[in-house]
Amino acid sequence: MLWQQVVNGLTLGSTYALIALGYTLIFGVLNIVNMAHGEIFMFGAFVALMLVTTFKVNLLVAMAGAALAGAVLGYLLEVTALRPLRKRAVSHMAPLISTIGVSIFLESLALNLFGAQSQSFPPMFSGKLLDFGLFQISVIQVVILAISVGLMLVLKFWLDRTKMGKSIRATSENIDTAAILGVNTQRVITITVMLASGLGAVAGVLVGLAFNAVEPTMGIPMGFKGLAVLILGGLGNITGAMVGGLLLGIAEVFSVAYGASSYREAVAFGLIMVLLFLRPQGLFGSPGNGGR
Amino acid sequence: MFVMKNVAKKVMAGLVAAAFMAVAAGCGGSQQSGGTQAGSTAKIGVVTILSGGGAAYGEAIKQGLELARDEINSKGKTKIELVIEDSKGEKNEAINAANKLIHKDNVVGIIGPTLSGDMFAIGPIANQSGVPIMGTSTTAEGITEIGEYVFRNALPESLAIPQAVKKAQQKLGLKKVAIMYSNNNDWAVSSFKTFEQAVKNNGIEVLTIETFADKDTDFSAQLTKIATLKPDAIMVSGLYQEAGLILKKAREMGITVPFVGNNGFNSPQLVKIAGASAEGAIVASPWFPSKDDEKVKKFVTAYKAKYGKEPDQFAAQAYDALYIMADALEKSGSTTDRAKLKNSLKIVKDFQGVTGKFAFDEKRNPAMEVTVLVVKEGNFVELK
Repeated sequence: MLWQQVVNGLTLGSTYALIALGYTLIFGVLNIVNMAHGEIFMFGAFVALMLVTTFKVNLLVAMAGAALAGAVLGYLLEVTALRPLRKRAVSHMAPLISTIGVSIFLESLALNLFGAQSQSFPPMFSGKLLDFGLFQISVIQVVILAISVGLMLVLKFWLDRTKMGKSIRATSENIDTAAILGVNTQRVITITVMLASGLGAVAGVLVGLAFNAVEPTMGIPMGFKGLAVLILGGLGNITGAMVGGLLLGIAEVFSVAYGASSYREAVAFGLIMVLLFLRPQGLFGSPGNGGR
Repeated sequence: MFVMKNVAKKVMAGLVAAAFMAVAAGCGGSQQSGGTQAGSTAKIGVVTILSGGGAAYGEAIKQGLELARDEINSKGKTKIELVIEDSKGEKNEAINAANKLIHKDNVVGIIGPTLSGDMFAIGPIANQSGVPIMGTSTTAEGITEIGEYVFRNALPESLAIPQAVKKAQQKLGLKKVAIMYSNNNDWAVSSFKTFEQAVKNNGIEVLTIETFADKDTDFSAQLTKIATLKPDAIMVSGLYQEAGLILKKAREMGITVPFVGNNGFNSPQLVKIAGASAEGAIVASPWFPSKDDEKVKKFVTAYKAKYGKEPDQFAAQAYDALYIMADALEKSGSTTDRAKLKNSLKIVKDFQGVTGKFAFDEKRNPAMEVTVLVVKEGNFVELK
């Protein structure tokens, strides 16, 4: 049972990590928490579901379509809810509230477009169960693990090695200085938000595939978990988001397996609190600069 | 500063004007509806979930009620107007909705709310204001104890579950079981207690009790734990959404034992979500869509024609509820007198609805027949 539960925890945790990556990117650059991320995640799942069921495309195309839709939503979010506030020197709480507005709007929109009933991907996409003796793992669980680790590595490489990545890091360091040094910060911010939203949409598709429940409110609990992981891993730290996600997943599963299932979230979040007492900057954050 | 002041003044003036217009429009509206419809039409309030997580239940209830309303209105005698409010599945929203219906819309009676937890919040308000309120899906313990104005035509779990457990034991010879329930839902907790009691009364051993929460999607940890204990059956108390996902996951993991559910299993949605994994799921129900009964067939056909899907138990009980209320209104001889409606509801008896023969017992709970069903080839059939 131990190994099976470890696999259960890793699968759950990798979905948390995927969501946290999106939060982390936007926080890293803009220093704000994007409360609409969970809803973009949900829209991604629905777009892929529509593509698969009505247009009968294969899964990879559906995932690309969802990523594109997520990026478009991210662009709209940036233009309508973030940019206007950035131009005026408003309180840094304002974008938090405006993104909450966007999230409520998107949730109601989804409710009207897709209905309240939860839907699931056709069974052929959930994949086979691979039996390794010690534990069983479904193909989709392997795919989730592979995609989240892959995305993390690509992101890290992109941020560390490319010119665009350099501009993003410069912008996240200090937006005004970056602008003076010739970085087109407007463009960097737009691209970051679109990238994060695209990632969020892909995460939505994977979670929809893994748990068979795509519905308008699916982004809310996942969004909160993603936020917790953002803090746990260290604000704006990509490795932190990844490791933090896996840790939270394993903590939740183990509190069910070896404790009482009623305390599942209490134990998981209690652990986060203890960790934050010991390392206030998060697991991978460096002290002094807000964890970044 | 000066400019700001001016802007503020303009905004204020605009707001005041808008407020006046709204008040004027509001008055005009209510006068009109009062003038043309008073007397012959009974205004019945509905509190149900139209948005948020439980919206699927609310939608079924709304559809059942609207179908019944159209049928009743086309027959002539009592005309019914439904005022539908959204509780969003939250207690404070339900309270706001109930207050609006009671004090602003002056409804003669209320149907709803959807959740037992919401009924514990608004039942006392309706009771205090002397407005009959009837739950169609509130199956938890203690609902009608709120007061003499509180009714329900939802079959209490305390009647349904013991029958399901007993029948399952007779047919399957259960000795040890695992129980799972949703611990953030008043109703699921209440029916879990009923399950536990029923299981003990039948001399069955409980191996473990695992919880989950409404809206959870991952049950692998709980099911992995249950699988190692090798129970003869798993009892689940939860809504169909989570129940369906549990069934699916369990079969995927290679757990083959039968499942016994509470009222939440009672929906075609369970089969839709779980697919082939729903085979063999057992539940007790007053509603049975493939029942060989003229009334049931007519209702299923009409519902399918109007909404393009098979009615579930929530739609069926809501449909019956409006008929019961219309019947009581007609007998009370008034479309506005709340106390008369209450007295008339109390003596409803031998009412033949789509959920079978119906009467209120002395505690305003339904006295009705229960059938134990099992899912076979995607349909609910009687467990024999």
